[in-house]
Amino acid sequence: MESQTHAQFHHALKFREDICIGCSHCMNICPTEAIRVGHGKAQLLANRCVDCGECYRVCPVGAIIVEQDDFENIYNFTTRIALIPSVFTGQFPDSVDSGAILAAVQELGFTHVFEVEEGVEFLNERFNEYLLQHKPIKPLISPFCPAVVRLIQVKFPTLVRNIILLKAPVDITALHARKTLTDQGIDPSEIGIFYVTPCAAKIVAVKSPVGEEKSVIDGVINMNYLYNKIFKILRQNKGKSEIPAFFPLSGKSVCWSLTHGEADHMKQGPSLAIDEINNVIEFLEKVENEEIDGIDFLELRACDESCAGGILCPGNRFMTVDKLRKRALKSDSIRGSYPAEFQGKIGIANDFLHHNISLGEVHPRSMMKLDDNMAEAMIKMKRIYDLNHMLPQVDCGICGSPSCKSLAEDVVQHEASIKQCIFIQKILEQNDKMDIQESVLIMKSIWSDNKLDQNSLKDEITIPLLQAGEEFTNQGKK
Amino acid sequence: MSTGKMHFEYQVEGGNFSAAGFPSSQVKKTLKQLNVDGNVIRRTVVALYEAEVNIVAHAYNGIISVDIDTEKITILLKDEGPGIADIKKAMEIGYSTATPEVREMGFGAGMGLSNMKTNADHLNITSEVGKGTIVEIINYFHQ
Ligand SMILES: Nc1ncnc2c1ncn2[C@@H]1O[C@H](COP(=O)(O)OP(=O)(O)OP(=O)(O)O)[C@@H](O)[C@H]1O
Ligand code: SF4
Ligand SMILES: [Mg+2]
Repeated sequence: MESQTHAQFHHALKFREDICIGCSHCMNICPTEAIRVGHGKAQLLANRCVDCGECYRVCPVGAIIVEQDDFENIYNFTTRIALIPSVFTGQFPDSVDSGAILAAVQELGFTHVFEVEEGVEFLNERFNEYLLQHKPIKPLISPFCPAVVRLIQVKFPTLVRNIILLKAPVDITALHARKTLTDQGIDPSEIGIFYVTPCAAKIVAVKSPVGEEKSVIDGVINMNYLYNKIFKILRQNKGKSEIPAFFPLSGKSVCWSLTHGEADHMKQGPSLAIDEINNVIEFLEKVENEEIDGIDFLELRACDESCAGGILCPGNRFMTVDKLRKRALKSDSIRGSYPAEFQGKIGIANDFLHHNISLGEVHPRSMMKLDDNMAEAMIKMKRIYDLNHMLPQVDCGICGSPSCKSLAEDVVQHEASIKQCIFIQKILEQNDKMDIQESVLIMKSIWSDNKLDQNSLKDEITIPLLQAGEEFTNQGKK
Repeated sequence: MSTGKMHFEYQVEGGNFSAAGFPSSQVKKTLKQLNVDGNVIRRTVVALYEAEVNIVAHAYNGIISVDIDTEKITILLKDEGPGIADIKKAMEIGYSTATPEVREMGFGAGMGLSNMKTNADHLNITSEVGKGTIVEIINYFHQ
């Protein structure tokens, strides 16, 4: 009953056992309690992970990596399209023109470069229509951030119906790019679309999309990887005077992936923008309790400062926001002087996209349920309650679970033993119900042999027994 | 406790709006862990919250008792308060005796009871003027 079919949950975040030092930083930060420590290594519970990347940010040794496709894959196609999100242009100094950045991407080996946000004006219209058509459901939640969509699926299953079933800008632009080039007579099997991603969540959205059979995108390139390559090309190109021909995005489009990017443009009613995953969780709890009134549209982003704070963005998120806001202003001021029909521009009306913009149903996949059988779930709930009351509520994590409550849950789900609690061990030792050998074995099974190796202290360090009034220093007694 | 049944109780303090919402939040958590259908959870939470706020807004104090078995959730809200003289009238949309202070808190639209009715499979209200009110809500897990 406990064994979920883990295979169905694809994740872009991978834990490298050979590097992991079993420090538990990731376990303690994970907002969905999806990490445990066992045998001295972090272990991911695939059914709870939403790919928000908080673990990646705190890992002190780089043991958490983000999977990526081999860059050479682009050469499997004769027509190679790069989809560049505007946050990528925000990684470079103000002095570097966004057109020069896009041109450098093309120079790297692509035949075409599209900006992800080209689809924004079209999408914004559809959002407003959708909000009008779905008035009774409040608040409607943007599907923009894949980590948020997955968070709702696992932690807020009752809110799944609030998710707007429209595709993200990247999918719209990808569909448009493919259609445009196919219409020009290019063999569709020869077109490869590659998306430059700021985060792990967007990778998962491509590799195992929610509400879609298969993504229109053929591969992903991690932003930090591309950044280094483009930086080099830009340095070589310094001084070259060709002006790359890219139709400037509207200011709205440039800022769409930033906080308030969407919320500020929903015309059908009051909207709210919330970023950072813990803020999002706090707010969704309230939405789920029906305590939030009068909000029609919710923009929710897992990262602080939204995509400017994506885990694969090399730049500082505040600087990126600043740069993009400047780019937006400049863009709006020069747009008028460009010819209306220009490369890749997607109009507000577009029949083809209109027919392809909808997402299928999003299903809940609750991590909250204790058992499929309700009577069984009730028994488990009672046991968790009782066990939790025996635990000290220190949430120290030494048991290998992120909190006392989660250890109680793990015990009831047969994933852990109550003896893993260090306080329970001390109580049992006092009652002669556990000897030191057993407690050491348990601790080793959680934290590995070497963290508890009895010979690991250097000879010169003798641990002194303190007498009253003595001070302890790491040199020994003073 | 016999298997397949659960019971919870919560105290409600009249006038304390800042504490309102705790019982519905706890009930929500429990129903999620029991894997109850999302729609049933939502309806239950709405009905319970409205009933709780009515005690906070209109009565002096009350007790909420919640019973869950594998078929249904039964919620009983008993309060000590002024009672409702004309229940039929109170059920009408827009009817409210809420004080200006209560309205200031964002309540008092006279929507609560009708909202409860639409979100409960079974709603039963009995009241004695000058003593108090008893509200019973039952929602079934499998329609
Ligand atoms: N527990 C109660 N004790 C005393 N009177 C009550 C109680 N519950 C409801 N009433 C009476 O019934 C009226 C209608 O209740 P209802 O919940 O529909 O509206 P409201 O509480 O006034 O406003 P709203 O629920 O929209 O914030 C109340 O104004 C009050 O006079
Ligand atoms: S906010 Fe943007 S960068 Fe962060 S997880 Fe969501 S989509 Fe990815
Ligand atoms: Mg009311």
